[in-house]
Amino acid sequence: MTFPVRIWRGDAGGRFERYEVPRHASQTVLDVVTHVQRHVDPSLAYRYACRVGMCGSCAMTVNGKARWTCRTHVDTVAAGGTLEIAPLNNLPIVRDLVVDMTPFFDKWTAAKGAFVPTATRRDDFARVEPASKERRAIDTTIECIGCGVCYASCDVVGWKPDYLGPAALNRAWTLVNDVRDGAGRSRLRAVAADGGCQACHTHQSCTERCPKHLTPTASIAGLKRRVAGALLKGDL
Amino acid sequence: MIEARGDAPIDAAAGARATRAAAWRFVLQRASAAVLAVCVVVHLASIIVAIRGGLSAEAIVARMHANPAWPAFYAVFVVAVAIHAPLGLRAIADEWLGLRGKVTDIALGLVALLLLAGGLYAVASLAG
Amino acid sequence: MIGMRRSDFRAREHSGWWAFLVHRVSGIVLALFLPVHFFVLSQALSRPTRLNDFLAWTRAPGVKLAETLLVLALAAHLAGGVRLLFVEFVGWRANWQKSALAIAAAAALAYALLFALNG
Repeated sequence: MTFPVRIWRGDAGGRFERYEVPRHASQTVLDVVTHVQRHVDPSLAYRYACRVGMCGSCAMTVNGKARWTCRTHVDTVAAGGTLEIAPLNNLPIVRDLVVDMTPFFDKWTAAKGAFVPTATRRDDFARVEPASKERRAIDTTIECIGCGVCYASCDVVGWKPDYLGPAALNRAWTLVNDVRDGAGRSRLRAVAADGGCQACHTHQSCTERCPKHLTPTASIAGLKRRVAGALLKGDL
Repeated sequence: MIEARGDAPIDAAAGARATRAAAWRFVLQRASAAVLAVCVVVHLASIIVAIRGGLSAEAIVARMHANPAWPAFYAVFVVAVAIHAPLGLRAIADEWLGLRGKVTDIALGLVALLLLAGGLYAVASLAG
Repeated sequence: MIGMRRSDFRAREHSGWWAFLVHRVSGIVLALFLPVHFFVLSQALSRPTRLNDFLAWTRAPGVKLAETLLVLALAAHLAGGVRLLFVEFVGWRANWQKSALAIAAAAALAYALLFALNG
């Protein structure tokens, strides 16, 4: 028994091609893509690595929503009979299901999403209280693996090219709360610029779609509070 | 890279100024929203109380005329609107119309001035 | 944007999207209405006789309809805005229960206003 699948081929000027794929129990969307590449058309380009929901490499747009294809069962999304697989939105298409993640990570850098150390070899280990407000804020949202699903789901990213996006801002929030970090004002400035946290309109698409159930919306709200506070204290 | 794009400033001091301006737009938008939330409730409550109390329009206007707190209240209301509406429109122009930059900001500044002028003229008419 | 695909309606089924859309559209409606409101008011208030003429005009059915739509836009924008202020500054997580609360508040406000203005 087979079922029809539409898969995006080509670059942004490409189109959907239709394939008939054998139906199996417990089949995932990644299984479908892999079948096409191995048995139908070896020129199909796509990314995956762990195939068990840990690495985030297999993120694609499935029936209009960004998902990890290795963790998306065909039963769940194609009950209506149609399965449409496309590359992630909001990122330049390299070919078929592969997007260029460069802008995603460039914005991570632009948001100062990297830890800036302050300790020297002569200092003792930092003491970070696990139950502190800051550490608990980090805990809820540190597990981001940079899969790009939130960025691909964000309408503001689609409308405003300079918007840093949920992942970069979410990471910046974890660092703003890191008591060991030394970037302070420069990071707040990075996330307060025109394409920064203020551009978020709380659609919550990011939080809705994050496969790790993180809450970039809440992180961005936290950044808004910090930026406003710093501005009013003359610290921005 | 992200930093230098279009007419975005490249030197650090100009960049910091632009960032503070963006942060101020955010703070003013939210602050004016909070002020408007209060003003709108007071405005509507007073109209409703007056209407339900059987006051004629002339009587309502006469009362607002007599008490200087009313024109003062409405002046604050108008200023909050003149801040809040153009900033909201700025986001819409940027995101849905692709209009951003100096010319757009100047146009929205004009909208703010028009709202301020029109609103304060109405308040002056109320105060007589 | 060039070289990339964008979201369509299938990615916009969640309450957060609808809350945003209602808030933005109601904001546009209010932004268009306010200059008219200021102008009409200043005309009506500048002369005593004009106020009565103005009030007679407001009873016209077309004007009543516009007034109703404006009241709805105002209630929606206010409730949505207060919800956003809570999410951003009080740290609310905007789950569906709180969205339902905002919708209920908007509905209550709209009903109260329409009742008071027409009842």
